Amino acid sequence: MHLYILRRLLYTLPIIVGVTIVCFSFIHLAPGDPISAVLPENASPQVVAEIKAAYGFDKPLPIQYLKWLGHVMEGDFGTSIMTHRSVVSEVVPAVANTALLAVTAILLGFTAGISLGLIAGFSDRRMTDRSVTAFAVAGISIPHYWLGMVMVVVFAVLLRALPANGMGPAGTDIWLFTADDLRHLVLPAATLAMIPAGVLARSVRAMVIETRRQEFVQTLRGKGLGRLRVFLHIVKNAAPPILAIMGLQFAQLLGGSILVETVFAWPGTGFLLNAAIATRDLPLLQGTVIVLATFFVLTNLVVDILQTAIDPRVRRA
Amino acid sequence: MATEATGADRGGHSMTRLSRRAVMGAAAAALAPRTGFSEPASVLRVGMTLADIPLTTGQASQGGEGQRFIGLTLYDALINWDLSHADRAAPLQPGLATSWSVDPETKTVWTFHLRSGVKFHDGSSFNAESVIWNLDKLMKKTSPQYDQAQVTQSGPWIGTTASYRALDDMTVQIVTTLPDAVFPYQVVNISMSSPTRWKELGGDWSKVAEHPSGTGPWILEKAVPRDRAELRRNAGYWDPGRVPKSEHMILRCIPDSTTRLSALLSGQVDWIEAPPPDAVSQIRSAGMQVVTNVYPHIWPYQLSFLPESPFRDIRIRKAANLAIDRDGLVKLLGGLALPAKGMVTPGHPWFGKPTFDIKYDPDTAKALLKDAGYSPDKPVKAKFLISTSGSGQMQPLPMNEFIQENLKEVGIEVSFDTMDWEALRARRRGGVEASDNKGADGINNSWSFTDPDIGLIGTAWSKKRPPGGYNWGGFSDAEADDLAARAKVEFDPAKQNELLAQLHARMVDQAMWIWVVHDLNPRALGANVKGYVEAQSWFQDLTPVSVG
Repeated sequence: MHLYILRRLLYTLPIIVGVTIVCFSFIHLAPGDPISAVLPENASPQVVAEIKAAYGFDKPLPIQYLKWLGHVMEGDFGTSIMTHRSVVSEVVPAVANTALLAVTAILLGFTAGISLGLIAGFSDRRMTDRSVTAFAVAGISIPHYWLGMVMVVVFAVLLRALPANGMGPAGTDIWLFTADDLRHLVLPAATLAMIPAGVLARSVRAMVIETRRQEFVQTLRGKGLGRLRVFLHIVKNAAPPILAIMGLQFAQLLGGSILVETVFAWPGTGFLLNAAIATRDLPLLQGTVIVLATFFVLTNLVVDILQTAIDPRVRRA
Repeated sequence: MATEATGADRGGHSMTRLSRRAVMGAAAAALAPRTGFSEPASVLRVGMTLADIPLTTGQASQGGEGQRFIGLTLYDALINWDLSHADRAAPLQPGLATSWSVDPETKTVWTFHLRSGVKFHDGSSFNAESVIWNLDKLMKKTSPQYDQAQVTQSGPWIGTTASYRALDDMTVQIVTTLPDAVFPYQVVNISMSSPTRWKELGGDWSKVAEHPSGTGPWILEKAVPRDRAELRRNAGYWDPGRVPKSEHMILRCIPDSTTRLSALLSGQVDWIEAPPPDAVSQIRSAGMQVVTNVYPHIWPYQLSFLPESPFRDIRIRKAANLAIDRDGLVKLLGGLALPAKGMVTPGHPWFGKPTFDIKYDPDTAKALLKDAGYSPDKPVKAKFLISTSGSGQMQPLPMNEFIQENLKEVGIEVSFDTMDWEALRARRRGGVEASDNKGADGINNSWSFTDPDIGLIGTAWSKKRPPGGYNWGGFSDAEADDLAARAKVEFDPAKQNELLAQLHARMVDQAMWIWVVHDLNPRALGANVKGYVEAQSWFQDLTPVSVG
């Protein structure tokens, strides 16, 4: 098992380096100038050259990449072109803000999705099954930014019951578990939770139905096991693929949602990426993408390891 | 410390329809907060279009928006904008200098007499030494306070400054490289930050950014990146008439227009910039206010005058200007625009008396094109560079599609090269001859006529090609050149206005660009917001605004 974990850890390194190369290349392939947003309106060629040199954009791309990678290895992600703050000081609070939103959405979404999936999977009533399936399809299909806007209109504008946007009341630097803070979290978290809830409800339902049809379940019942014991066996057998889906969903939410965070003015990684893209802030864009990619890869790694621990068949495969 | 409240706590507007209340009442009761938010008596909460707090050290970043919310709130310049009137183009007024004059002989030596008794937010005194220190900050590379971040923002404003010195404790002399009557419009953009605060914080500008000190009417209490800035009233501001009416002002970063709208409608903010045009009736029906005014903004197509461009022919330029149904376009924009008659708005001191009347006249447009050898069957073909969004770009995609149809009807077939805002700015900055602009016959880059240079002189004078000027397409006209050259060195404001009016008339008569509409700068305010005067300017003064 230890060797397996070590091997998987080593696999992640080339993946992350590969992501940095792809990210770096794509960003530089995009049309436009990386320093255009900060150039004065009538900047002379000399000023343009000076600013390019100050940020190292005057060097050939491979040199730029290697220098950037070297700094990243030392924990230096550079300085934002727009704000002149270090990229780390920009990305860390954004990741924390997104993590708060993602974890809450995950808790909501997983709880709802798994519960509904189990109910549908074990229910022999067509109506229940159809209702859950309809919810799942809606959760997956409805664009979440649209859902967010509708929730804002209903709960913030019409009912005045919850704040429309922002992370918390003014006057605080950090998110606290006060009633006011929690109220700001409700709408964006509920909006984001719809996708994992839908995906999981559908997946859990399908896995449970498939597992229930397997012969070992008949055998267990034939041996006279109680309903609870049979239920637990079914859940354990259905769990590995569900775990993989949960991992992917978690990683995706940790990556932040540009649209949902923009709709709710939530200063997370999605909001940060949006601003970085709009202003061509390459150091910030690269720094954010590399951190998110690392999160994604590491989350998948943890899920793989958990899957292996739960299901020895995976290790053997 | 200021805290934020929902509209319910503020006693904001009631729901618009009783039926909604009836249906959703039960849910509201269940979700409503059990305790209200505490809130000081006077907090003004603003929803900005910005995605981040601009640079706070002095020279604000993020263009006009940054200057509006940070530059003009925390800082003053030697000369300030007078933003107190809605019925006239915002003029200049004394700021940290009570008067200024130019040497009549050389026309390059400016003397500024400074205002006495002015204090920075940190309590230190403003004087000639502070001015020199600030100019060194931007121009003297060997000075310890030289700050590249601020230099980048101040580039256009310090270009003509050759030297400067203190004549005495309250008098400063600045010498320009050439006679430049527009120089005061550049001085208005140079913010004065406190040398004492910089020294207190060990000469570290990143620390100054967290605790900036200017002389402006607001003091920064806290800036949370990408979220908000919290400002406090500077009760000791040197101009008693501009001591803020609100004790606190919270500036929130809400770049998405729909999100800003929902923040206003739900009572989270009191004042927002640029509400979506289609939401105007909704805002008004909720009992809130929508305030508009003209300001120095034009939404045009800047045209190419390269040999291969069809717009070298004045008949085609005039036809294009006459082909656009501006009233229809204004309707599309929810009434939040004014049909253009030229670069500046009619009634502006620089409008003049052009003979070419820009209006919707497709028959004359067709006749002009026929005269030039074109028709709807044999159309003029042109390519315009456009953006998907951007500062001052209004609703670029539907507007361009609307105009594309208008032009097609008279015989001008336009194709678009669409790009994001920063890419478009880079293409504009390069000038039409730049290699990546090959094939472009025009660029849809919204423009400002805040000062004579950017609005008229820099765009119409043939020698003002990028990067030194703004004449993107290479317009060249001897009469316009002569007027621009004379306006640039006319130091009597009334005479300068007259020359600028003549220049503008010439630009219109030559159909230098295709001028479409002026944005009306909409702002939406809560029902209980008082005292806001929408100046005819890119900048606004929020000191007289209060809530309640």
